[in-house]
Amino acid sequence: MAIVFKKTSVLTDTIMHYCPGCGHGIVHRLVAEALEELNLQDKAVGVAPVGCAVFAYRYFNVDMQEAAHGRAPAVATGIKRVLGPESCVFTYQGDGDLASIGAAEIVHAAHRGEKITVIFINNAIYGMTGGQMAPTTLVGQRTTTSPYGRDMEHCGSPIRMSEMLATIDGSAFIERVALNSTANIQRAKKAIRKAFETQMAGKGFSMVEVLSTCPTNWGKSAVESMDWLESSMIPYYPLGVKKEV
Amino acid sequence: MAKQLMKGCEAIAEAAIQAGCRFFFGYPITPQNDIPEYMSARMPKVGGCFLQAESEVAAINMVYGAAGAGARVMTSSSSPGISLKQEGISYIAGAELPCVIVNMMRGGPGLGSIQASQGDYFQSTKGGGHGDYHLVVYAPASVQEAIDLMQTAFDVADKYRMPVLILADGIIGQMMEPVEIKQGNASEPVKKDWATVGWSEKDFTRPRAVVNSLYIEVEELEELTGRLQARYAKIAEEETRVELYNTEDAEFMLCAYGTVARICKTAIAQLKKQGIKAGLVRPITLWPFPYKAVHDAIAAPSVKKALCVEMSAGQMVEDVRLAINGEKEIELLGHSGSRVPTAEEIAQRIIQMRGA
Ligand SMILES: Cc1ncc(C[n+]2csc(CCOP(=O)(O)OP(=O)(O)O)c2C)c(N)n1
Ligand code: SF4
Repeated sequence: MAIVFKKTSVLTDTIMHYCPGCGHGIVHRLVAEALEELNLQDKAVGVAPVGCAVFAYRYFNVDMQEAAHGRAPAVATGIKRVLGPESCVFTYQGDGDLASIGAAEIVHAAHRGEKITVIFINNAIYGMTGGQMAPTTLVGQRTTTSPYGRDMEHCGSPIRMSEMLATIDGSAFIERVALNSTANIQRAKKAIRKAFETQMAGKGFSMVEVLSTCPTNWGKSAVESMDWLESSMIPYYPLGVKKEV
Repeated sequence: MAKQLMKGCEAIAEAAIQAGCRFFFGYPITPQNDIPEYMSARMPKVGGCFLQAESEVAAINMVYGAAGAGARVMTSSSSPGISLKQEGISYIAGAELPCVIVNMMRGGPGLGSIQASQGDYFQSTKGGGHGDYHLVVYAPASVQEAIDLMQTAFDVADKYRMPVLILADGIIGQMMEPVEIKQGNASEPVKKDWATVGWSEKDFTRPRAVVNSLYIEVEELEELTGRLQARYAKIAEEETRVELYNTEDAEFMLCAYGTVARICKTAIAQLKKQGIKAGLVRPITLWPFPYKAVHDAIAAPSVKKALCVEMSAGQMVEDVRLAINGEKEIELLGHSGSRVPTAEEIAQRIIQMRGA
């Protein structure tokens, strides 16, 4: 019998713990497929974050390290400096992890032109801890720590990490993608491949920001979540390549 | 090799290189800047990597990554920077990674001073970061001893897969002494089949490597902490180090570590001239603390009184009292605020104690 579809070998068979309708599972598969297609499984070392993806080390079928909250880019730096240009080192981080507590680490990894790839999941909320406000939470968005909606006067406006990191010389490839349609998911995969290729070519820091869903903490169904991502997140976080050298 | 005059910090850095360390991640802070500066010049010459991190937080996490990838790696800092590293140190202990950390203690709390101090004893030996873990803590009393302990520190870190701390003070870091650094005596690198170096099922027989300190199930975390505690018990048995100096027939027993222990030796010589027999018990490992040796030295029938001397308001003295468990009274001569006790002052105190 002809095999028409096969799960990538870069994902383990472990059942994922993500909620129904969550974007994390989709992105895991895209990252794993990209690594397989580029023949990078045996060169890859991944760094899992603190956040809903904390168990990423159970799912990616590559050597993995689990980092402290926000420190994944520093951990990845240590790994890459030891293993050298042949290796493919990536971090997988949420928006609380990357844009809040780990803001210094991500900025300086980009600033050094660290040859690592960052997969940045922006779901506009802290998923794991129960839906608190993230730096990426939209103005007016209700979360468990912005129960009246995010007030710009009080706590600023959502941070656009891709645009910010694109201003840094060390960044070689930065693109923002979204999971709201099949076409966009295909684009996301292409961007992830491109990011890994950028790293392997030794060009510098690469990051793909993925606009993703958190139905559980958004208080929406899976379908409503996709709609909200499209109608509310994409207008504020424009998709596309922000930096390419 | 002939002896050469070297500054403590630089000697420590060179000793690390001779011990096979090829990765250094750090951040500037006085009084240990000579270590990163030396490393920045030396590492590229030996095919290693020096990287100035954006903070101590980042530096220790780079150490985590590099150690997890199997490298001999170190960082250094001074008190405020070591406080920032505590999160990472706890993760390194939890993930069972080997590395060496140097703390050139300065005065605290807060920004404190830039002069030498011993105020980080509690932080170093009683936890520092969160959770049930220990570091092996070495306290050198001379530049030569610091050099010799670097090799030991890397070996012990690899042997037990845990972080090892060299706890010195600004004086050790800044003073110059004639020293000898053994060249190219790095021990054989240990096999690290747990390191994340790239893996695929078809190529390797080893299981996929995961460096991690998360054990979400109670039983699993208890298994980890149990494993750590068993290791710590073995270390206490095999790695505890102490120096006994003039302890035979001593009437007064001093207890001190690091720079202060050297000052005590001068005081002992001064007292000897006056016909007073004083000795010194000097812990070289602060963790594991040499409880038995300290007990035996102080509990000896010849010893009338004992004095703990520290550049802190009294931190190690708690372990000394624990060691003697009420059998004898332990007095304290403690200076915090970075003031260094003088030999005359220590001798004077012993004379007072004799009179009392
Ligand atoms: C030092 C530290 N502070 C706080 C936490 C608690 N914590 C765990 S996950 C998390 C937020 C994760 O949110 P995000 O990065 O957006 O990822 P998501 O869960 O949404 O995927 C926080 C604050 C922690 N583990 N460590
Ligand atoms: S809480 Fe949100 S981000 Fe976390 S798994 Fe559930 S849906 Fe995904």
